[in-house]
Amino acid sequence: MAKLANTADAQNAKRNRWLSAPALISIVIFGILPLLVILVYSFLKPAPYGGVVWKFSTEAYSSFLFQRDIFDDTLQFTPDYLIIYARSIGFAIFTTVVCLLLGFPTAYFMATRPPEQRNWWVLLITIPFWSNLLVRTLAIMFIIRDEGLINHILIWAGVIDKPIVMLYTNFSIMLGLLYSFLPFMVLPLYSSLEKMDFRLVEAGFDLYADKRAVLWRIIIPLAKPGIIAGCLLVFIPALGAYVTPLILGGGLHLMIGDLIAQQFGSGRNWPQGSALALILMAGVLISLFFYVRNTTGKMHHG
Amino acid sequence: MKLKNAAIEARGVSRVFAANGQQAVAALDDVSVTINENEFFTLLGPSGCGKTTLLRLIAGFDFPTSGEIRLYGEDIAMLPPFKRPVNTVFQSYALFPHMTVAQNIGFGLEMLGKPRAEIDMRVSEMLKLVRMEDLASRKTSQISGGQQQRVALARALAPKPKVLLLDEPLSALDYKLRKDMQIELKRLQHETGITFIFVTHDQEEALTMSDRIAVMSKGKILQVGSPHQIYDEPSVRFVANFIGETNFLNGVVTKNGRVKLAAGPEIEAAGSASSGTVTVVVRPEHASLTSPAKGQLKAVVSNVVYFGTDTHFHVTLADGAGFMVRQQNSGGAAARLNQGDKVGVLIAAGTARILQD
Repeated sequence: MAKLANTADAQNAKRNRWLSAPALISIVIFGILPLLVILVYSFLKPAPYGGVVWKFSTEAYSSFLFQRDIFDDTLQFTPDYLIIYARSIGFAIFTTVVCLLLGFPTAYFMATRPPEQRNWWVLLITIPFWSNLLVRTLAIMFIIRDEGLINHILIWAGVIDKPIVMLYTNFSIMLGLLYSFLPFMVLPLYSSLEKMDFRLVEAGFDLYADKRAVLWRIIIPLAKPGIIAGCLLVFIPALGAYVTPLILGGGLHLMIGDLIAQQFGSGRNWPQGSALALILMAGVLISLFFYVRNTTGKMHHG
Repeated sequence: MKLKNAAIEARGVSRVFAANGQQAVAALDDVSVTINENEFFTLLGPSGCGKTTLLRLIAGFDFPTSGEIRLYGEDIAMLPPFKRPVNTVFQSYALFPHMTVAQNIGFGLEMLGKPRAEIDMRVSEMLKLVRMEDLASRKTSQISGGQQQRVALARALAPKPKVLLLDEPLSALDYKLRKDMQIELKRLQHETGITFIFVTHDQEEALTMSDRIAVMSKGKILQVGSPHQIYDEPSVRFVANFIGETNFLNGVVTKNGRVKLAAGPEIEAAGSASSGTVTVVVRPEHASLTSPAKGQLKAVVSNVVYFGTDTHFHVTLADGAGFMVRQQNSGGAAARLNQGDKVGVLIAAGTARILQD
């Protein structure tokens, strides 16, 4: 009997392995393989008209921080890339924080509607996804440019006599990032708030917690998985945003995404682009690692 | 005997829920009740009778459409829940899943701004009271249903509320655990001396635990009284029917205290009605079977159901009405009765009651 059961188990295990094969194959083809290509490319030399020359080089990484002097061939520290990275991180953090501040009340509002209404609110939140990001970004441009909707109205109303310059500034980039990523914050927050047992809120009120205490001691801790997911879903793509800063920043305020795209395009330096992408990824992974370790650690100690 | 203080007084409390497009529903309809200090008071009724609504009004999760709710004389009907010295044990316990057992118990005291040392002392006191000392640092998801129940009790008792509200707290437990917790609850109420208001739809639970019971139906309180009064002297048909099993007999009052039954004889029955058609209630255990000659009512056995400790005899009376007799299985002649046997039914003196309706 035991032997029969064992062979049955073994067969099950074998079948289960085959069942997971499609998932594994797609992870390898769409996830790991492209990363390996980028990793290999980042250690090669650029070919003059794009592409790579198959010669090992760490130039792409060293030039992240240093520039080779064309005359005496010495390495000099240049913070240009670092500044772009710092600006991108700053933008991404700001976007994440503001999305959280705007998204939380929105998600809470949605989660506290009657169940039959909630799906309509989710639908409303997802409506922006129905049109292309590029089109939506261009629409923002038309709203905030000097001859745009806002300035027109303000001048017509007599509030200002000269248009406020909003386009091609840090402000316009932030606005674009906020607009594009807000749904990515609202949806995970909503899904964790919607699952929350609102009797816990009642229990909080019953145990002498006022509204503020209930929010900080009960609702926010319970929504934490949603907050973490939302922050990650906003922060990571915001860090690598490409279209928004390109259009609304007018190419004056580069972000990492534009920088990487430039290396593969007009820069004709594929190894450099690969290295920049990998450095970004490494940074994100390292900070994620510490973030997750800290938060789960705290959860264990209560 | 010392006159008891009223802990909770509800005066003419109504709660009307306005339904979209439909007729507004009164979950509570002009309810007045007084609940005494140190009392184990039970709100009993079928689901939808308004018992939970009344509890939520006392807790402050909902507010009455009209009427007053007084806590030791002070009108609290419109106070938010965190300003009422009243705590609740929820049906699903509603323990905070992100806190440990001890943190759950200490939460109320923490919100009241008590110093840490006092909170810690009170928490360990509570853990001891509910016999959960070993599990203080566990997450609430890591303990069993019965243990969660104890934590919920300890959490609600820790801030020393003036009144403890319990919303069907035992309904999620299995039979054996429920029996244990019933005894445990009585012990806790006795030891803490706090007024308990207990909501349940389980009449047996209500009878075994309560000092007094209010039977509710359709937003109204039908009868308030001790378990004995509720069981032995039901005032209306609903109460008689809802609490335990009952035989209803139709009859006409002939003179004070005597009723001529439709099934034949005239019997004694206590109650206020002095004339007209009435309903007489007889509990199954207050009747016994005997030979047709000795019985007050003639009947034919229609069904015999064996329950181990006792047997239920379903008999048909002369007027065709059904009647049930419950007898303990002590080995008497009744145990050998079969379907179709002719029997006589004896009603114990002083047990039949005339209903008001």
